[in-house]
Amino acid sequence: MRRIGVFVCWCGSNIAATVDVAAVVADAKVQPGVVFAQDYQYMCSEAGQNIIKDAIKEHQLTGIVVCSCSPRMHEATFRKAAAAAGLNPYMVEIANVREHCSWIHKDKEAGTEKARVLMRAAVAKVMLNVPLKAGESRVVKRALVIGGGIAGIQTALDIADAGFQVDIVEKNATIGGRMAQLDKTFPTLDCSSCILTPKMVEAKASENIRLITYAEVEEVGGFVGDFKVKIRKKARFVKEDVCTGCGLCMAKCPSKKGLNEFNMGLNNRPAIYIPFAQAIPNVAVIDKTQCIKLNTGKCGLCEKVCTAKAIDYTMQDEFIEEEYGAIVMATGFRPIDASKFDEYSYSTCKDVVTSLELERIMNAAGPTGGVLLRPSDGKHPHSVVFVQCVGSRDVSGRGKPYCSKICCMYTAKHAMLIRDKYPDVDVHVFYIDVRTPGKNFDEFYRRAAEQYDVDYIKGQVGKVWEEDGHLVVRGVDLISNEQVILNADMVVLATAIEPDPTARKVANMLTASIDTNDFITEAHPKLRPVESPTAGIFLSGVCQGPKDIPETVSQAGAAASKVIGLLCKDKLTTNPCVARSDELLCNGCSCCEKVCPYGAISYDTHLINDHGVKETRRVALVNEALCQGCGACTVVCPSGAMDLKGFSNKQIMAEVEAICL
Amino acid sequence: MTYSYYPGCTLKTKAKDLDFYGRECARALGVELEEIEEWQCCGAVYPVVRDEIATKLSAVRALMAARDEGRELLTLCSACHHVLTRVNHDMLTDPDVRAKANNYLKPQVPYAGETKVVHYLQMLRDEVGFDVLAKAVKNPLKGRKIGAYYGCLLLRPSKVMAFDDPEDPRIIEDFIKALGATPVVYAMRNECCGGYVTLKSEEQSRENVQRIIKNARNHGAEELITACPLCMYNLRKFGDGGMRIEYITELLYEALGLGSVQEPGTGADAGTPADAVCGAGLKS
Repeated sequence: MRRIGVFVCWCGSNIAATVDVAAVVADAKVQPGVVFAQDYQYMCSEAGQNIIKDAIKEHQLTGIVVCSCSPRMHEATFRKAAAAAGLNPYMVEIANVREHCSWIHKDKEAGTEKARVLMRAAVAKVMLNVPLKAGESRVVKRALVIGGGIAGIQTALDIADAGFQVDIVEKNATIGGRMAQLDKTFPTLDCSSCILTPKMVEAKASENIRLITYAEVEEVGGFVGDFKVKIRKKARFVKEDVCTGCGLCMAKCPSKKGLNEFNMGLNNRPAIYIPFAQAIPNVAVIDKTQCIKLNTGKCGLCEKVCTAKAIDYTMQDEFIEEEYGAIVMATGFRPIDASKFDEYSYSTCKDVVTSLELERIMNAAGPTGGVLLRPSDGKHPHSVVFVQCVGSRDVSGRGKPYCSKICCMYTAKHAMLIRDKYPDVDVHVFYIDVRTPGKNFDEFYRRAAEQYDVDYIKGQVGKVWEEDGHLVVRGVDLISNEQVILNADMVVLATAIEPDPTARKVANMLTASIDTNDFITEAHPKLRPVESPTAGIFLSGVCQGPKDIPETVSQAGAAASKVIGLLCKDKLTTNPCVARSDELLCNGCSCCEKVCPYGAISYDTHLINDHGVKETRRVALVNEALCQGCGACTVVCPSGAMDLKGFSNKQIMAEVEAICL
Repeated sequence: MTYSYYPGCTLKTKAKDLDFYGRECARALGVELEEIEEWQCCGAVYPVVRDEIATKLSAVRALMAARDEGRELLTLCSACHHVLTRVNHDMLTDPDVRAKANNYLKPQVPYAGETKVVHYLQMLRDEVGFDVLAKAVKNPLKGRKIGAYYGCLLLRPSKVMAFDDPEDPRIIEDFIKALGATPVVYAMRNECCGGYVTLKSEEQSRENVQRIIKNARNHGAEELITACPLCMYNLRKFGDGGMRIEYITELLYEALGLGSVQEPGTGADAGTPADAVCGAGLKS
């Protein structure tokens, strides 16, 4: 005989304003099997939980229904409370009368009716619940960080510091990411590489960190605590452990027309190259699309001049297979393609550059040795116009609807640096809004405008074109409400940033959810900002949303602490709500195996006693450690042999009947 | 292929050249343009007021006429093309406009934006094909450096007009190339000539036109072509005379070897801007 208790939460006014909780309680009391029902202002509070615990003991309840918020919010809370009172935690059902009812309805009568229906369904289900016991799974004490920019490096350093092994997989030939390309950093104007390279060196030197550069994640299997990852290490045609980084090969390489990616294509590099002076590892790589030897079989100069004998033209891609307990996504960003915004003439005028290109022009190791020169003719510019929000806050469909967050600050930085170094240069900035929240950020922008006389113009630019050997910028000044036409020698576009294109691919492999802009979704936007909803996957840096360096480093540390918390555990509790196959009903058709996204189903042929008839059959077997309880197999099974514990076909049908009747 | 042809008022009066040479060339290329019966002024300006229905009705009538013939509706005038395309888009996507227009007109078969509106240039590109056109050219315009002047009406709003990239259009350049001439790409080719503002402020139009012509010349253009009678009016009126300006159809006529065109300025262009916008006589 079942003895069910129903507990209806007001959630302050969140539920009670739209649902007549007393009516739901009254209705619950007359449901078959229900022996106790009560409402309370905050069921999740300690007092609320005590009501549940006391009722379980006093009324010898065999199952309970809590009508409250989403189970994602407090299912764990109520399960714990039930367990504390001696009830199996899987005898608890949640009727979501907040997100699924009160929050989305306005009419109290209709809301109450819906809440009643949801309550009845949950009661019908809990009548069929059976006690379940959670199992355990192992935790591999090693973490994988995907992406070797400042986010990935910081996360890896923090994990390594706690004593755990961590691998960084970086798709480029060196770690360092976008931060390595920056000249100065706001708001303190310290040199970017001066603060980044010690961290790169530390990552290289750490005993607990393994750098896998020029490599990409190829396949991911397994689950939290026990991921199995296949990594493709691309052939760099240079033996990493032999190359001394002397650079002689670069000097001799006759194929010098490759675009220098590190300098945003503003100058060229040879086919064999080290991306930049402080690269880690400081090892050359051959661009196979550009190498004469690899394409025609002739040349081989680099091999001849290499005293270390590090060149190997026969090198093939290698695969590394490794197990990890946790995976951190730190795939970073790239600026959007400015040529989509041709009103700014980026694709036709050389003197229209992006902000990242300007970083390289301003950098002492850049294409102009740090001297501000016009790309078209190498002359000193006398007037520079900055255009902010190029593709940001753009709902036309060409750009991104979000604010890229970093552009206001780096534009103020560029403007200030130019005015500081070249006081003869006029600097104008077109902006929609100047957004500078952050410690010492607004002071920084004010300094640019007030002390350095940067001319800030509120308004957008409609067109940039070339005339009589210089650029003409036509925009609007919204404060004077006039059209502004400025002559400029250079125009700098603060292009929006977007997730690196590899993010989507990696997220798919990790089954980590992504939003419409390809940013990785957090488990909770406020309360779990560094975790993916997929257990064991963590987020670090811009892959989660636009952010600057200080924020990235904070988030990287937060992600690391979450990883450390996971790796500290020896065992993880597994979800007992997994699939189960009834071998007497299974016809061995393989439908379930084909749909299982986790590879949890295999087949076994053995002797079966089917009501006295003994015969050898091929039947499905579920690996409970791999099964994530998604239920795909139960839907596809034609003979009804597959069932999901905690969500059995019978239970679901009972809910449907309770709703429909 | 036979198209329902909507010439529009201006092409019957002040922009006869655009119409005449357009028809001649279409014939030579094996394309039939059948003028729809009893067409009325397209409205000349697309009404941007959301609940304005009356001024959309004549465009709907033209669109329905083409639908009833089972044909695509072809136009040459940029302004007519603009109005017809946008009204058609409203009829296709806005249930409110659709219901009101149908209630008013009470057609036998209600209209819901089924007609495809095609500009002459799109017909040349998509139906004839610029490669085929290039082969039909008997008098290649070798050595001539020609700038395409798009103006606003063909390109924007870009999602509705779906004509070409509004910031970097190429269709007229490809057309010029097919005729054997050298297209000159210049920044001001998609800028406004002043349009109707010319009625109120000649100074503004003059400024715009001079900026356009200067920019075209600086990029090496020796002549300009356009598909818009109003652009033509402004360009000729406020240009410095040194830049030859022709309709696309005039250039095409010449390249196809059908004959020589009249010298500009002698024919239809010598009217008021209102005549250029709408030859039926907004202004007498």
